[in-house]
Amino acid sequence: MLGCAAFDFAPFGLSGTVYGTLLNQRSALVALGDAVNQKPYLKPPRAPILYVKPRNTLAGEGHAVPVPADSPELEVGATLGVVIGRPVCRVSETQALDTVAGYLIVNDVSVPHASYYRPSIRQKARDGFCPLGAATARESVGDPGALGIRVFVDGKLAASASTADLLRSVPRLLADVSEFMTLSPGDVLAVGVAAPAPRVRAGAQVRIEIDKLGALNNRFVAEQL
Amino acid sequence: MRARVAYSGAVHEAVPHALPDGRTGVRLTDGRVLAEEAVVWLPPFQVGTIIALGLNYADHAKELAFGAQEEPLAFLKGPGSLIGHRGQTRRPADATFMHYECELAVVIGSTAKKVPAVRAFEHVAGYCIANDYTIRDYLENYYRPNLRVKNRDGGTVLGPWFVPASAVPDPGNLNLSTSVNGRRTQSGNTRDLIFTIPYLIEYLSSFMSLSAGDVILTGTPEGVVNVAAGDEVVCEIDGLGRLINHIVADEVFGR
Repeated sequence: MLGCAAFDFAPFGLSGTVYGTLLNQRSALVALGDAVNQKPYLKPPRAPILYVKPRNTLAGEGHAVPVPADSPELEVGATLGVVIGRPVCRVSETQALDTVAGYLIVNDVSVPHASYYRPSIRQKARDGFCPLGAATARESVGDPGALGIRVFVDGKLAASASTADLLRSVPRLLADVSEFMTLSPGDVLAVGVAAPAPRVRAGAQVRIEIDKLGALNNRFVAEQL
Repeated sequence: MRARVAYSGAVHEAVPHALPDGRTGVRLTDGRVLAEEAVVWLPPFQVGTIIALGLNYADHAKELAFGAQEEPLAFLKGPGSLIGHRGQTRRPADATFMHYECELAVVIGSTAKKVPAVRAFEHVAGYCIANDYTIRDYLENYYRPNLRVKNRDGGTVLGPWFVPASAVPDPGNLNLSTSVNGRRTQSGNTRDLIFTIPYLIEYLSSFMSLSAGDVILTGTPEGVVNVAAGDEVVCEIDGLGRLINHIVADEVFGR
């Protein structure tokens, strides 16, 4: 099922469940501006807004990302993925990082969509739309709160961000999410994509780097019909 | 039809079995016959991706004041929300409107990619009942319906049985209903689905490959009412059985 690279420390494998977090990079919320107070949103988000990247989206290092014929331009969603090591239920912020097995690079690919109200799952759940990098153990990463994230398209820097700009830090996010849903060993929680996300077309070679986690390389190719 | 149950230290496949007192119990593969209450019921198959439909019955859409749709309102749920028959679902003390949703669950049996509607049933392994709980208090207007509403622990009840497609000749004409503490509160028929099972498989498989074990929760008809701690909620669908669930308060979970 998983096309991603080896994962050679506890819990010894990914579960195949990947959650993404919407609007958790300051730049992403700022990009919405006062729209958060207008219809259809009416007010800014309060609880973490999560979504599922289902198993058909999962891919690994070097795998091609299919670009659908009806959506020739895709967004590269570079983000940090937290790999869960122990069941996380109602964890406190101060203890949250103890439940983490490690971290990996996530490319949370989307079809660009202007409205966050009720987008079709066609925008995020297409085959191959979630390449994952190899995981790095928590102990080798240390503090996940200041990791630089860089996106290169065809070798040129296209975007950069940092986990220092998360509205909910990794431990705060784990605490707030685990208030209403338990995360299990091997689950991945992607912490949020910065705006503006670089857009690419078929033929683009995309490389995402995150400090201490190495790089994730994927080529975007026209979908085979 | 078959179930997955835990009993006496192991997980077993089980089938319905008539008990001497006339009730229906279960028979484990190893021959043991037990009352329904003697085993722990698990979701009846290995569940992959969970795809749920919002507002897929015209009457329920009207109930919630939604207009006509161009495209199915599909959303995804995670495996952590799953529980089986006779399980407990927590009602948080601060919720004011928590409701069940009785739904026909369609279980995919083989990889489906860009499948036309006329061939859709070739990819259906079978069916079961789903009760897809919602807490409307937590609805926010971003990526609706957000997971705090729809992906809570114990909020997706599946079972009791996995029923093979061969035993369900017309899934497009099944009565479904819900009772709370013995009182009928919801009833409908799958003939009133806005987007039919073949349409949904064509639609979903046009952009995402479906695999064996993936499940489509096809939506709920009108008649959703608030439930309270202590309530017994029973969802029934013709030929698929009765799916029982109990609502419990925060205290049960040490909150």
